Amino acid sequence: MNAIKNAPSVDSTDLADDEPVWIASTAARRYRIIVTSLRVLLLIVIIGGWELGARIGWIDAFFFGQPTAIVQQIWTWITQGTAQGPLWQQIAVTLEEAVIGFLIGVVLGVVFGVALGRSRLLADILSPYIKVANSIPRIVLGSIFAISLGLGIGSKIALAVVLVFFIVFFNAFQGVREVDRNLIANARILGANSRQLATEIIIPSALSWIIASLHTSFSFALVGAVVGEYLGALKGLGLLISTAQNTFNANGVFAAMVILAAISLTAEAIITALENRLIRWRPNTITDVSI
Amino acid sequence: MPDIPTDPAIQLRGVYKRFRTPTGSAYTALRNLNISVQPGEFCAVVGPTGCGKSTTLALIAGLEPASAGEVLLMGQPVKGIDARIGYMFQTDAIFPWKNVLQNVAAGPLFRGMSKTEAIERAGDWISRVGLSGFEYYYPHQLSGGMRKRVALAQTLITGPQILLMDEPFSALDVQTRALMEDELLALWASTSASVVFVTHDLEEAIALADRVCVLTAGPATVKGIYTIDLPRPRQVAEIRFAPRFVQLYQEIWGALRDEVMVSYERDKKRTIS
Ligand SMILES: Nc1ncnc2c1ncn2[C@@H]1O[C@H](COP(=O)(O)OP(=O)(O)OP(=O)(O)O)[C@@H](O)[C@H]1O
Ligand SMILES: [Mg+2]
Repeated sequence: MNAIKNAPSVDSTDLADDEPVWIASTAARRYRIIVTSLRVLLLIVIIGGWELGARIGWIDAFFFGQPTAIVQQIWTWITQGTAQGPLWQQIAVTLEEAVIGFLIGVVLGVVFGVALGRSRLLADILSPYIKVANSIPRIVLGSIFAISLGLGIGSKIALAVVLVFFIVFFNAFQGVREVDRNLIANARILGANSRQLATEIIIPSALSWIIASLHTSFSFALVGAVVGEYLGALKGLGLLISTAQNTFNANGVFAAMVILAAISLTAEAIITALENRLIRWRPNTITDVSI
Repeated sequence: MPDIPTDPAIQLRGVYKRFRTPTGSAYTALRNLNISVQPGEFCAVVGPTGCGKSTTLALIAGLEPASAGEVLLMGQPVKGIDARIGYMFQTDAIFPWKNVLQNVAAGPLFRGMSKTEAIERAGDWISRVGLSGFEYYYPHQLSGGMRKRVALAQTLITGPQILLMDEPFSALDVQTRALMEDELLALWASTSASVVFVTHDLEEAIALADRVCVLTAGPATVKGIYTIDLPRPRQVAEIRFAPRFVQLYQEIWGALRDEVMVSYERDKKRTIS
C-alpha cells in the first residue's frame, strides 16, 4: 500500500494511462461472468422444471419425455446400439448425406448466384423461374426423390442440395449485385480480365454474403437429410426418429434431437472459424476493440 | 530537324455526355467539350462541383461511352479500357480484402508479371510513397491519407502513359499534400506521361500543371484554357509566392469564380424550390 503511495510520480502517471483500459476490461469480464452464470441458471431452471414436472405428474412423461430418460436413452444407444445398428453408424450416414448435400448445394448456389449476378441477360431470363421455384414448399420434393432415387443416400442428398441451393444462391446473387462499381472499374483499369475479375474482386467481395448464408444452410442440409430419412431410409438419425415415433417413444425422439443439435452446433463452430479465416480483412468490431 | 507533327495524347472533340436521371429524363453532363492534351503534358482541370469533371475522366478511361463526339487516345478512338491508362479514382477504390502489398502488386499481377517480380516492385513503390512497414496492413487499418498513397502506388506501378487523377490529394493535410505533389512532379518528370489532374483547388492546379482548363458549371464545356509558364522544376510549397503565380491565380480565379457562383446559385434555387 505504502509503496504505491510513495512511488515516484512518473510511475503514477503511467498507471493513470493504463487505468481506463484496465477498468474497461474488468467490467467486461464481470459482465461476461454474469451472463454466463445467468445462462446456466436458466438452463437448470428449464431442465430441472421439466424433470420435476414429469416426476410429480404435471407433465405427462409418456408424451413429452423426461430429461433423465432422454439421457438414459442416449446412453443406451451408445452402449447397446440402436435397433438399426450402432449409433455412430446412424450419425455417420446422416452426416454424410448432409455434408455432401451441403457442399453440392453451396457450389451450385455460388456458381449460379455469381453467373446471374454478373449477367443481366441470364438474370432476366431465369429470374421468374427462380422465384417460382423458391416459392414452392421444396420439402415436398423429398417424396419425389424418395420415389425416384430410392431408399439410399441419393434421395437425401438431393433434398439437402435443393434446400441449401436457394439460400446460398440468393445470397451470392445479392452479394455480387452489391459489389462496389468503383472497385470493378479500378480492377479493369489495372488490367484484370473477366476471370481475374470474378476470382479476385467479385467473389471476395460477395464472400461475406455467401458465408453468412452458410450458417443457416448447414442446418437446412441437416433438415434435408433427416426429413429424407424420415420419408424412407435404411439407416440414419431420421429413421431413428421415425422408429421412436412409431413406438410412442418420446424420449427417443428427443434424444435424436439432442444429437442433431450437437452436430449442428459443431458445424456452426467450424463455419465460424472458416469465416474468421476467410474474411480477416474485414473490420471486426469485436477484436478491434480489444487491446 | 523538322518538327514531326504528333497526335495529341488525349483529344476530346465535340463531346457530349447524357445520363438518364432517376426520374427518367435525360441530363446533359458534358456539352460540346473540346480538350486536347499533348504527350508529356500535365493538364489540370478545375470547375465547380458537379460540373462533369469525373465524367470527363470516365470517358477518357473508356469506362463510359460518349453520347456524341469523339474521344481519341494517341489519335485512335477509345474503344473500351486501354492498358496505357492509369486512373486514380475520386473515391476509395483500393481492394479492402487485399493488404497494402497485394493492392499495389495487383496491376502487375493482373497483367501477367511473375509473382516474385511483382512483389519486389510493389515493395519498391510502397517505400516511394512512404508506406514502408505497412505492407501487411489492410485498408481499414490505414488512415484516409495512407489509403490515397496506396492508390497512388497502385496506379503508378503499371507505368501508365496516360495518367488520370481525380482529386487525389484532397484528403491530405497541407504538409503531406505538398510532399506528395512534389513527389508526383518528380515521378512525372521521369516518365513523360500525359496527366489529366482534376482538382477543386486552383492553387494546386497552377502549381502542378502546364495548362489549366476551366470548365463551366454543368453541363460542362471549356470556359478557358490557361498556359502556366512557370519554370520547372518547381517546388510546390515555394512557387505559390512567385509574382507570376499570383498573377495567373488572379486571372484564372476570375473565370472560375463566375462559374462557381452560377453553380452555387443554381443549387440554392433547387434546394429552396
Ligand atoms: N451515372 C450517372 N447517372 C446519372 N447522372 C450522373 C451519373 N454520373 C454523373 N452524373 C451527373 O453528372 C454530373 C457531373 O458529375 P461528375 O461526377 O462528373 O461531377 P464532378 O465535376 O466530378 O463533381 P465533383 O467535383 O463534386 O466530384 C452530376 O450532375 C451528376 O449528377
Ligand atoms: Mg468528381
